[in-house]
Amino acid sequence: MLSGYSFRNFKNKLFFALCLVCVVVAVIPLASILFEVIARGASQINVQFLTANSLQGGIGPAIQGTFIIIAFTSIVGIPIGVLSGVYLAEFGDNKYASAVRTINNVLTEVPSIVVGITAFAIIVVGITGTYSPFAGAIALSFILIPIVARTTEESLKLVPNSAREAALALGAHKWRSTFSVVVPAARSGLVTGTLLAVARIAGETAPLLFTILGNNYFFQGLNQPMDALPLRIFNNSRQPSPELQAQAWGAALILILIVLALNIGVRLASRGKLRR
Amino acid sequence: MARKIKGDNIFKIITGVIAASAIVILLLTTYVLVNGSTLVFSQFGLGFLTSTSWNPVEGRLAFGLLPYILGTLVTSGIALLIGVPLSLGIAIFLVEMAPKKVRVPISYLVELLAAVPSVIYGLWGIFVLRFWVLNNLEKPLNHYLGWISVFSGTPFGLDIFTAGIILSIMIIPTIASVSKEVISAVPDSIREGAYSIGATKWEVIRNWVLSYGRSGIFGAIILGLGRAIGETMAVTMIIGNVTGPNAIPTSLFKAGQTLPSLIANGFIESPDPVQKSAYVGAGLVLLAISIVINIAAYVMVTRLLKVKGGAVE
Amino acid sequence: MSTNMKMQSIGLNAWFGQKQALKDINISIKTNSVTAIIGPSGCGKSTFIRTLNRMHELTPSAKLSGQILLDGKNIYDKDIDPVMIRRRVGMVFQKPNPFPTMSIYDNVAAGLRLTGTKKGRNLDEVVRHSLEQATLWDEVKDDLKKPGTSISGGQQQRLCIARAIALQPEVILMDEPCSALDPIATAKIEALVVQLKEDYTVVIVTHNMQQAARVSDFTAFMYLGQLIEFGYTTSVFENPRSELTEKYITGKFG
Repeated sequence: MLSGYSFRNFKNKLFFALCLVCVVVAVIPLASILFEVIARGASQINVQFLTANSLQGGIGPAIQGTFIIIAFTSIVGIPIGVLSGVYLAEFGDNKYASAVRTINNVLTEVPSIVVGITAFAIIVVGITGTYSPFAGAIALSFILIPIVARTTEESLKLVPNSAREAALALGAHKWRSTFSVVVPAARSGLVTGTLLAVARIAGETAPLLFTILGNNYFFQGLNQPMDALPLRIFNNSRQPSPELQAQAWGAALILILIVLALNIGVRLASRGKLRR
Repeated sequence: MARKIKGDNIFKIITGVIAASAIVILLLTTYVLVNGSTLVFSQFGLGFLTSTSWNPVEGRLAFGLLPYILGTLVTSGIALLIGVPLSLGIAIFLVEMAPKKVRVPISYLVELLAAVPSVIYGLWGIFVLRFWVLNNLEKPLNHYLGWISVFSGTPFGLDIFTAGIILSIMIIPTIASVSKEVISAVPDSIREGAYSIGATKWEVIRNWVLSYGRSGIFGAIILGLGRAIGETMAVTMIIGNVTGPNAIPTSLFKAGQTLPSLIANGFIESPDPVQKSAYVGAGLVLLAISIVINIAAYVMVTRLLKVKGGAVE
Repeated sequence: MSTNMKMQSIGLNAWFGQKQALKDINISIKTNSVTAIIGPSGCGKSTFIRTLNRMHELTPSAKLSGQILLDGKNIYDKDIDPVMIRRRVGMVFQKPNPFPTMSIYDNVAAGLRLTGTKKGRNLDEVVRHSLEQATLWDEVKDDLKKPGTSISGGQQQRLCIARAIALQPEVILMDEPCSALDPIATAKIEALVVQLKEDYTVVIVTHNMQQAARVSDFTAFMYLGQLIEFGYTTSVFENPRSELTEKYITGKFG
């Protein structure tokens, strides 16, 4: 009996230890990635590297392109995503809305490379005839919209119904109550969710392969190929030249700083507000 | 009534129309993929899915997806094999064991794993993980177990095995965070009941908590599988990218190809319309798989949820 | 007689899905009076008061037949915008619900801003006057910038009353306004209700019979969706015509 118990107790402790090992094993790659990116990337960073074009050994066009693509995608995607989410949260009690909800869920799981093909066929082949920031922004919007719609719906639903009723009872129109009362009350969740979604598309690469293509020079116009950090990293990593590979690490450091700044900043800012 | 239509009904209609963007995106995607792959399907029929050849040379055009479908399944399988136990261990640690002080920082760290762009995973994979896997896993496995065909060949590091490992890391945040939610949702009354009959913590977790939450955990794993199947950049950078019968994953230690990496590598550079259509066809298969996985997860989770009431005892 | 009547319900029936919540309610509400609606929980008194400013229809599956007259005109007529009705018929809810992201000042001004009716009116004046009428001004005049949710529950409820007053409605509906408050806060609200009838017509739902007796001129007793008795408060309480009413006010059920 005693030996049975002590064996069970041993198993219990072993199990504890294994779970702890799992955590450590998962954290090691993260630590290694951050360490390598910083260690190998930091030595690359200087003014020339950050501002020169690619033929002069810099990643200026890639940094510029990443900010351009983030801005375009946000301009297209955030309003559509937020308004979709507003519809789902405020009028979402019907079959059409639940269909939209299901499709949004499907879309968030569609591989991003597939989205790249779609944007290529519609924009690059169908409309502009060239690789362009526009095509890239459309592709990334296809990824951004369903995520933003979902976080918007979730944040608006956390706003108590009494706030809506209070506004309507004052004789406010529904749209007024939504934008002046409900959306401000959901602000912190909305901003957090949206910025995290933007952080995600900032690092997206696959859809950019077929839409903005890459460019050695700074922004050439809305109907010309453009560079972006993820593309630069991908392309340089496949080059045999050690210098180009080293540049990939430098670009990775900048990209990870942008993405992590969005992530950590948002989480720190909203800590406590969002946690239930 | 006239006033009503002017005011809030317009608001409802406008947002409702905007919400249709999701439907438009899905329809456009489906249309582009179906339309774009008609050519390849009309030439090769279902053979496009089952053939192993990939020949873009004019006059001898032949395209088949079987090696890449298999490559996708094998890499995702490795990812689940490694990633699921790790993720569950993390989830259990966070909910059942971790003191409050470390719970939040560790959750953040795990979520940060999801924030790292996949192209950076790829970069790290080529220059760091590759050599570690080669020296510490592949060479020993090959040395001692090389007589088993899956471990045969000459380990090189840029292969199916390393791709599977990097995928296993990338799916941890998805599976761990969903499982964490599921396990925290298991009511304490279940745990207390088990403790009261003298179960150890491990027994409580294994026999009660996991069994009560298994439907949700199953959903988490399916979601992780979806991520692994669709992941493009990291795999493309690591898997070695071969086409044709060579890409059939007969051993873990050889270069391979998945559906996403196939598209990422060749789509842009294919001048031939049939070849282009073949890449689009690969995209269609990928889309179909991801939709089926989504629906399967939904159906199975709801079915298991219905059974759950009886299964808890 | 009819000029004296601010609101009237005529043959009013209401449903939630298949379930009928109100059956043939006929009540006349006199201008500048306080009308109390009492009855056990689930009797339909909250549903009734929400039909008076068309809040009822916001609940999915809610249906309605019959008429509600406001100054003799049916508010459910096809050409009537519910939004305009709600500006004329204000409402105070069971739980105080100041707007979560707004300051005390902004909460009172919210009605004017949200409805776009602030033009030509001095907001500061309106806010001050409304808070004074709600007997809250002296307590918050130095803290107008503080969040509306930072004051006590009783103060919040008076803030909500001020918010309703700011729009200068003709009728104020109160749905159990004291049920979430302590006795002292309740006493303040009751005193306020009596004052408010100088300028407004008040309809108050309450589960507290003493409260109805203290503040109202008229009382309606409802039971299972039906209006059992309606009349002067004194006669309903001292001399009820219906046996059910008598049982209820003497505490024999409910």
